[in-house]
Amino acid sequence: MVAYRAGAPILVPQFLADVRRVATALGPCGYVLNACRDRYHFSVGFAASLLSRIVSLLPSTHTPEVVRQLAAFAPGAVCLTDEDNCSIALPLIRYPREAAPLASDAVDPAALTVPQIDAGQLAAYVFTSGSTGTPVPHRKTWGPLVECVREEANRLGLSARGRCAILATVPPQHMYGFESSVLIALCNAHALCAERPFYPADIAAVLEALPRPRILISTPVHLRALLAAGVALPQTDLVVSATAPLEPQLAADTEQRFNTQLLEIYGSTETGQIATRRTTDGAEWSLWPGVTLSLRDGTTWAQGGHIEQPTRMYDLLETVGAGRFRLHGRVTDLVNIAGKRTSLAYLNHQLNCIPGVEDGAFFHVEDSPASHTGVTRLAACVVAPQLDAARLLEALRQRIDAVFLPRPLLFVARLPRNSTGKLPQEALRSLAAPQGTSASAP
Amino acid sequence: MSDKVAPLRQPLSPASVAALTGEVARLIVEALNLDIDPAQIDPDAPLYGEGLGLDSIDILEIALVVSKQYGVQLRADSEDNVRIFASLRRLVDYVSAHRTK
Repeated sequence: MVAYRAGAPILVPQFLADVRRVATALGPCGYVLNACRDRYHFSVGFAASLLSRIVSLLPSTHTPEVVRQLAAFAPGAVCLTDEDNCSIALPLIRYPREAAPLASDAVDPAALTVPQIDAGQLAAYVFTSGSTGTPVPHRKTWGPLVECVREEANRLGLSARGRCAILATVPPQHMYGFESSVLIALCNAHALCAERPFYPADIAAVLEALPRPRILISTPVHLRALLAAGVALPQTDLVVSATAPLEPQLAADTEQRFNTQLLEIYGSTETGQIATRRTTDGAEWSLWPGVTLSLRDGTTWAQGGHIEQPTRMYDLLETVGAGRFRLHGRVTDLVNIAGKRTSLAYLNHQLNCIPGVEDGAFFHVEDSPASHTGVTRLAACVVAPQLDAARLLEALRQRIDAVFLPRPLLFVARLPRNSTGKLPQEALRSLAAPQGTSASAP
Repeated sequence: MSDKVAPLRQPLSPASVAALTGEVARLIVEALNLDIDPAQIDPDAPLYGEGLGLDSIDILEIALVVSKQYGVQLRADSEDNVRIFASLRRLVDYVSAHRTK
């Protein structure tokens, strides 16, 4: 069994047949932007790409600007989509219609052979936003990816539980979702859930329809919403959270409401996941075997194990013993909103590329009044006398992910640059005080 | 599956619809800390994406506020999670059809 859709299993022969159909549909191309929303479709598309030696492109967002940059990076790239009105500006390949279920006596035994993939094969490029306006590619080789999610299955104790059904609230294109809902299932013989339910009541219903043992892969934002919604939560065998540290109280509440353990994963797009902790046991993280941290020039680097090359981490990590560390917040330029990561430098670059913008800067605002989801947005101020808020936001929407759109967006006569031309965050924040001229929404 | 949807209600009078529309608009503006007058929200403009410019985190936030205020658990009735948010009018229709308080 590979997956569940609407609570019903999809078996291995069906999966293998679907992979071959999609490989045929993809034809010979070098790169594919796999935009399938359905997690089973995404997984079939990814396996078909592996089989055809096509490299999957996994950017964190699909804005027109990012798609243009991907097309320049990966000539000949196509987009695999399961939507009828996909607006991605690449040659589109429609995920084929579901075939009729295979009759068990009609399966050719040769077609049941699971293809073997070379550990050295380049499987995917994942992208971070960088600071110069161009997404930075990171190579993901098949062998290290498998090594990483085999350790993940150990850490989560999946192997001891038998075949698990895995439901995730994160997209399969995000590194965390890619590893923890797609690869972990395919590489360890567990079953992924095709649906990605959104509303709390939908998540509870889809989870309840899955057989046990069942696992929920989620984030602080989604868990907070799930607990706040007041829906009945079904007995679940494990809850996993990543993308941002979970507050200990939320972790304890999650364990209590689901009557199970909550484990947190730490990782990054560049390294994949590298550590876990049970939040209610304490603040220390335990690293994947073989992964080590070192401090150079005030920055933490991670290397070894499945990490393909030494990688600069954008969090401050303090080693507290062999294979253990504590997390002490982020490097200030870095932005992480609901698991989407970028930098102020990247956002400022995109803002200042818009015709009519003379100067502009994003900045962090003080925590806004507690929202249910705990998400705090960025603000921006801009000098753009010829533009109004609606036109500027529309131009930004073409370039950056919607979660980073500024709220509020302030129009000013000039930015509060100091004598060296720098923009102190403090001076920017004072602009966001009530007397500013604001126009946060059209 | 826990299908505890309230029975559909009688259509509301135009005055009640207008009152509920104003109330939901105010809830949205307050919940999301938007810097606009609730009365300025075009009832037929999309809330999601263009129009009011909300994203999926906003939608989740509104879903929670609506569940607390009206006892409505939003459910995706199709693959598209945000259809209920096609416009303020659609959201108000959904709330008035499914509210339990």
